[in-house]
Amino acid sequence: MRLHRLALASSALVAFGTVLAGAAQAEISDDAVKIGVLNDRSGLYADLSGEGSVVAARMAVEDFGGTVNGKAIEVLSADHQNKPDVGSNIARQWIDQDGVDVIVDVPTSSVALAVQQVTSEKDTAFLDSGAATTALTNDQCAPTFVHWTYDTYALSVGTGKAVVDEGGKSWFFLTADYAFGHQLEKDTAAVVEANGGTVVGSVNHPLSSSDFSSFLLQAQASGADVIGLANAGGDTTNAIKQANSFGIVQGGQKLAALLGFITDVDALGLDVAQGLTLTTGFYWDRNEDTRKFADRFAEKMNGQKPTMVQAGVYSAVMHYLKAVEEIDDDGGKAAVDQMKKMPINDFFAEDGTIREDGRMVHDMYLVQVKKPGDSAGKWDYYEIVKTIPGSEAFLPIEKSSCSLAKK
Amino acid sequence: MQEIFGVPAPLLFGQLLIGLINGSFYALLSLGLAVIFGVLNIINFAHGALYMMGAFVAWLLLNYLGIGYWPGLILAPLIVGAVGIVIERAMLSHLYDLDHLYGLLLTFGLALIIEGTFINFYGVSGQPYAPPEILNGGYNLGFMFLPKYRAWVIVASLAVCLGTWLLIERTRLGAYLRAAVERPDLVRAFGINVPLMMTLTYGFAVGLAGFAGILAAPVYTVSPIMGQNLIIVVFAIVVIGGLGSILGSIVTGLGIGLIEGLTRTFYPEASSTVVFVIMAIVLILRPNGLFGRPRE
Repeated sequence: MRLHRLALASSALVAFGTVLAGAAQAEISDDAVKIGVLNDRSGLYADLSGEGSVVAARMAVEDFGGTVNGKAIEVLSADHQNKPDVGSNIARQWIDQDGVDVIVDVPTSSVALAVQQVTSEKDTAFLDSGAATTALTNDQCAPTFVHWTYDTYALSVGTGKAVVDEGGKSWFFLTADYAFGHQLEKDTAAVVEANGGTVVGSVNHPLSSSDFSSFLLQAQASGADVIGLANAGGDTTNAIKQANSFGIVQGGQKLAALLGFITDVDALGLDVAQGLTLTTGFYWDRNEDTRKFADRFAEKMNGQKPTMVQAGVYSAVMHYLKAVEEIDDDGGKAAVDQMKKMPINDFFAEDGTIREDGRMVHDMYLVQVKKPGDSAGKWDYYEIVKTIPGSEAFLPIEKSSCSLAKK
Repeated sequence: MQEIFGVPAPLLFGQLLIGLINGSFYALLSLGLAVIFGVLNIINFAHGALYMMGAFVAWLLLNYLGIGYWPGLILAPLIVGAVGIVIERAMLSHLYDLDHLYGLLLTFGLALIIEGTFINFYGVSGQPYAPPEILNGGYNLGFMFLPKYRAWVIVASLAVCLGTWLLIERTRLGAYLRAAVERPDLVRAFGINVPLMMTLTYGFAVGLAGFAGILAAPVYTVSPIMGQNLIIVVFAIVVIGGLGSILGSIVTGLGIGLIEGLTRTFYPEASSTVVFVIMAIVLILRPNGLFGRPRE
């Protein structure tokens, strides 16, 4: 009997302790909210994310007021060099030693997947803007994660469908040989086939290949109507530039850049890039609000207009801070749960919502790159052809393989 | 259609030709590295950054001074060569008596500084640079469409490589140079200004990198990171050819270009690693490289 009472008392104590611990957690840790911007700062994705994303995060903090419920907000940044091991090590160190509460941006799908494991294990919020793979909100989804700006599915239903509709029925893929490229090829192939097209072949190229002529020659020999570029950044621009010199476009084959950023168009020049169809989550010259943000951003970035990734970082950080303010807690799952309850309304998204699987659903835009004569100057590059409503742009939640979505 | 190992013959010929084009870039760069190592005993890690600088100088000349491709072809290597001479005089010349490692560290640091400076001002995405009007378009060879500009790249780089080889192997100046490599003290005793010769050699070899840079500008996007990946491959080529062997570096450069082209056809995923596999095999079988001879 005594023993029984002791057991009861101790279990009550344990329960009390748990409640205490829980209560202790429900506040802003270390008296500060620390935002870690983790991305490529020196490699091929540095212009589309890089320093621009850090600037965007700082702008969000500034616009929010610099503090949340009286606690300071800090922004840290680091270079993951597009290497998963480097990225997950920085994430671990940030969380364990520097008290980072939320990691944002993280382009390069392979790195994002590695960081996802760390943040979900350590209950830290992870708001991804730069990476593309849908695996982040499917097999590898996590309750601490939000995918903000775009994903491979959105790119394929945007650009892929548009090109098939224009008559590009047979496809050959040039695919970057890592998580992102494979996912983008898979998603696009599904869209092509669903719309009556066929895939006649593909070739995997190593990340950061500077010479694409060998691959382009194989694509040319395939006789496909469309050469789908399932790659990004410098790989895409080099492939397009070289396709031009090898007479591929003149020969009647069409190029489909499945992922192109405004910085890529700038690197190519309109002479080469004109006519390309792209899918984007943001274009700076869409309305008054986007222009206002872009002008402020450009002032701090030597005149560069924000890419969709950089604009997405601003929007994600702002929404996160609002959620933390609401619940006065910067725990990863708690903050993300709160974010899921609030709609997103800013220059980036109108009535955006975050689904159970972590997908932020907002409108995407199908754009066409302007002819040199139609452009008023630098950064005036896109004509918005179509707005793709969020409900069509992203993988329907019924089809998501995320365990969080199956309830 | 005739097939070779399951690949249509025309496609294979096309790949070989492309391999040759890439090989001629490799040859130009590895030639410079080999000359620098042979004469100055320096492992020049800044070579990739100086190659990038050649491309950027061409772009800057065009956009700020309106100087086009053809004058740029002369000016860019001269400007990069001049930068090289300053680097040699101000820094490298103090390291000749020290271990290789010092030269390697210094040039590696220089490469980071040069690349970082360009990234700061121009970003990594790159800048467009169009080929000159006369080299637009291409030839239909039946088995492939050869852009005129690529054909020009082969001709120009092979001519420069051959010229350099003749200069070093067949002229009096080259003989002095080779003698200075073997016994600098003796050559100096004959009244030849060895330090000046070394400075000019570095300037010349770096100028070759600048030349490769402007040749590459219309092919790739002109970006501060364009030399980063290339330099590692080129180093592997120099090692395969035999450190310091001039003919070895040219032949190996072209050969590796061809092998890479074939790999891109048969097993594209390995195309960026094949050169290192070859390097490992060569180092096991012939530690001094294919054309190298043992150094005492």
